[in-house]
Amino acid sequence: MYEFEFARPSSVAEAVAALSEEDAQALGGGQTLIPTLKQRLAMPTTLVSLGGISELKGISASGREVVVKGGTTHAEVAEGASAYPALAALAGQIGDPAVRNRGTIGGSLANNDPAACYPAVALASGATIVTNAREIAADDYFQGMFTTALEEGEIITAVKFPVPEVANYQKFLQPASRFAMVGVFVAKFADGVRVAVTGASEEGVFRWAEAEAALSANFSADAISGLTVEAEGMIGDIHGTKEYRAHLVGVMTKRAVTATG
Amino acid sequence: MPKDIDAKESGIGAATKRREDIRFLTGTGNYTDDINVNGQAYVHFLRSDVAHGRITSLDTSAASAMPGVLRVFTGADFEGVGGLPCGWQVTDRFGEVMQEPAHPVLAQGKVRHVGDPIAAVVAETAELARDAAEAIELEIDELPAVIDMKAALQDGAPKVHDDLTSNLCYDWGFVEENKEAVAKAFDAAAHVTTLELVNNRLVANPMEPRVAVGDFNRATGESTLYTTSQNPHVIRLLMGAFVLGIPEHKLRVVAPDVGGGFGSKIFHYAEEAFCTFAAKALNRAVKWTSSRSEAFMSDAHGRDHVTKIELALDADNNFTALRTETHANMGAYLSTFAPSVPTWLHGTLMAGNYKTPLIYVNVKAVFTNTVPVDAYRGAGRPEATFQLERVIDKAARELDVDPIALRRQNFVTEFPYATPVAVEYDTGDYVATMDKLEEIADIAGFAARRAESEKAGKLRGLGVNCYIEACGIAPSNLVGQLGARAGLYESATVRVNATGGIVVMTGSHSHGQGHETSFPQVISEMIGIPEDMVEIEHGDTANTPMGMGTYGSRSLAVGGSAMVRATEKIISKAKKIAAHLMEAADADIELKDGKFSVAGTDKSVPWGDVTLAAYVPHNYPLEEIEPGLEETAFYDPANFTYPAGAYACEVEVDPDTGKVTIERFAAADDFGNIVNPMIVDGQVHGGLGQGIGQALLEGCVYDEDGQLLSASFMDYAMPRADDVPFYQVDHSCQTPCTHNPLGVKGCGEAGAIGSPPAVVNAVVDALRSAGKDVTHIDMPLTPARVWAAMQG
Repeated sequence: MYEFEFARPSSVAEAVAALSEEDAQALGGGQTLIPTLKQRLAMPTTLVSLGGISELKGISASGREVVVKGGTTHAEVAEGASAYPALAALAGQIGDPAVRNRGTIGGSLANNDPAACYPAVALASGATIVTNAREIAADDYFQGMFTTALEEGEIITAVKFPVPEVANYQKFLQPASRFAMVGVFVAKFADGVRVAVTGASEEGVFRWAEAEAALSANFSADAISGLTVEAEGMIGDIHGTKEYRAHLVGVMTKRAVTATG
Repeated sequence: MPKDIDAKESGIGAATKRREDIRFLTGTGNYTDDINVNGQAYVHFLRSDVAHGRITSLDTSAASAMPGVLRVFTGADFEGVGGLPCGWQVTDRFGEVMQEPAHPVLAQGKVRHVGDPIAAVVAETAELARDAAEAIELEIDELPAVIDMKAALQDGAPKVHDDLTSNLCYDWGFVEENKEAVAKAFDAAAHVTTLELVNNRLVANPMEPRVAVGDFNRATGESTLYTTSQNPHVIRLLMGAFVLGIPEHKLRVVAPDVGGGFGSKIFHYAEEAFCTFAAKALNRAVKWTSSRSEAFMSDAHGRDHVTKIELALDADNNFTALRTETHANMGAYLSTFAPSVPTWLHGTLMAGNYKTPLIYVNVKAVFTNTVPVDAYRGAGRPEATFQLERVIDKAARELDVDPIALRRQNFVTEFPYATPVAVEYDTGDYVATMDKLEEIADIAGFAARRAESEKAGKLRGLGVNCYIEACGIAPSNLVGQLGARAGLYESATVRVNATGGIVVMTGSHSHGQGHETSFPQVISEMIGIPEDMVEIEHGDTANTPMGMGTYGSRSLAVGGSAMVRATEKIISKAKKIAAHLMEAADADIELKDGKFSVAGTDKSVPWGDVTLAAYVPHNYPLEEIEPGLEETAFYDPANFTYPAGAYACEVEVDPDTGKVTIERFAAADDFGNIVNPMIVDGQVHGGLGQGIGQALLEGCVYDEDGQLLSASFMDYAMPRADDVPFYQVDHSCQTPCTHNPLGVKGCGEAGAIGSPPAVVNAVVDALRSAGKDVTHIDMPLTPARVWAAMQG
């Protein structure tokens, strides 16, 4: 990696100030950024670690809402988000123990890797992304592969998850990386069903509207038997064609619905 | 040798725990990257990021001026220095020798694959070297790349090497004289089964990436290379004699603990020559540690064959002839033993376990703009086994006969057996291994297990196959006739110390095989002393006798035999000493349980008294024998060894996703005699893991421009623990090798050779159980490929 300055602020305010420097870069758990730096694909002047900020850690639940602070690790969510079991289960399936003990929810959502798991639960839950500056609805937050509504230097401080009546996440692994080749999160709320798909699309995480409509009318795997997503726009690579990924979206959605029962 | 292998506590047949694992598992091994020479500098290689191009400008002046830079080397610094040599010359079917291009240490004018080294920056730290490498001003005029082998052979295809007539390295026919007879047999066949298949390109990916540390002693003029090698003596010979012009007595090569090789660390690489060369040029030790990314584009790859195979059968389903046409990828240059892999390590095994009377093998070796391809665990034999066992399975389906019965019907049953492809199997019992397989795999219970799977919505398939391999490579006079530019003996020095402990210096290198445990078991058995009185040293040309190294499952069969021969000399001399001490005739002395006794008397002297007498020769037959107790032996095998076996794989296929899960895997192997059954189990397990990896997961993929798409573990799928099942392995079928003193055959590669066809046979069987008309799927059988095959 190239040389850089390293800052480890102890509050969000200090972090925001440090990130206002030119080419400063926030460092969450570093599960994407550190390998990127090692490959010399990024050259920040200052790395601003968010790891020393205690106000960014923790999980709380009240009523039908779970709030996860931005610096909370996947392992902590897997352990502590019992008020939203499908969220905890999703976090427990990310990467391996080393990744789960370092990686954070804020880092994952800020990076918005098209094959990451957290975007699926955030979008399907209709979560609210809370930053140091504002609150952003998940529907507005994800703007394509590695692209979000975050402004330069904006820090995710928390994610507010409405807790669905039932929910489930089904992930089909890419054989090498074991990221999601296709991951589908199905969340059933009193006012309807939301279905978010990660891993599959060239545009990153997306909601599958037809499945949502069908499942809102009839929450059963049979309800989506005739539905398919368009292969066009899906990712095609050495691990699977566009058609295969489109097919898997249907399979994983059905399995998620079945698993809620 | 005892057959009741599990009953023993020490010696041959005992499951002694691996003594080397203590240091490997507690982080106290001494790997090449652990070696830091005082004052060492670090090198970073600037590598080509295009597959094919002409270097039009290379300016290192800015890089040379960067902080901490000692010197920037380019191809110009290596003019007059030798290129990397190829160790095997194949003669084609027209009697011409293969086309053999130059292989420069650093690119000379052209780059020929992504990863081809162009320049090398030596600096005070690895990071400074890398910084400076980015300041090298390089311009490359990109040329069209040739990636596909058949396209590479088309008229007008871009040439990888301008000075060669084409991209064809050789067109090999074997046995050329049989070609007509084979054609006639096909004309007369009652049935012909044809199959076209790919043996997928693999990256070995040993846990330890390659490392080289070159050092130079100005006072003595001696160069030392520490390197991750399976055969340090071979590197010394190739690099010293052919690249750098350093005589052996001024060049020491040390391969300390090596974290796996699987073939990829046999070969002599540019980085080794560079570090040795630069250390002398700079009078500083120079270290290179490969990153995993570099390993993907600079370690020799494996396999990469495209084959059409045809099997002819008569009306009674007897195999009457076999014919193959294979394109074998050499990559951009000839790696050390690359030409031998698709020829002599492949064509000679095409008979398999069957008495097919007529065989013709055609291999076209092709240069492409890809990383060089060379031996990888099994080397040629997995490719032979895969195509043969796949085509037999396909024939069985076409003829609607049981695939096991079809194999049994065609087994070789009498030994020795001379195949029509120039080798003679000394021993074997293929019926016994198949019987054993049917038992441990519970073939009879498969139908019930399939019914259970179907109830759960899964497709279940059973795949069975046999394999044979030629190990213990090899008789030197034979391989010399076949084009090897080296002998393939092995050596050992057995040094007995005054108080009876023994150090064995062997040319066999251990990089995971467990020699430090298994070799002492043999000596313990021969002399009757505890195993821990014997220590094994290897991997340093300064203290071990000339050795050819470890590959081709040869260590125990060849290196172990050399050790036995040297130990026999020790015992013979020790008996003379014992006879003198007991005032008896040499011929009356017996050695048992570490004690020499006079036959028919109660007189005896212990081992330690005799060894002490050898070094304190106060009462000693000095007029007959020299003091000391140290012997060296070189062993050159009379034939290959022929391990063989039968494997069974059961898979479940998820019809919704195409995902394959291996539910059961059974391996019945005949390795001849066994020294350490636990180590043999481990070798088989590891081989099966790699074979399953090839079958289901691993695929090295280039795009049409020659960019490596599977350039990291993010895209190259290595098998993980949960990808493989618990194995049932058995090696109780033992037909000892008839021509080496231990009766051993070798076990290191069997698992990787025998398992891929079992997996593919099983998946095809599973799909057919659902009425899918699928005859073949190319490896790796990823979920996407299996699902696509199911869509028709």
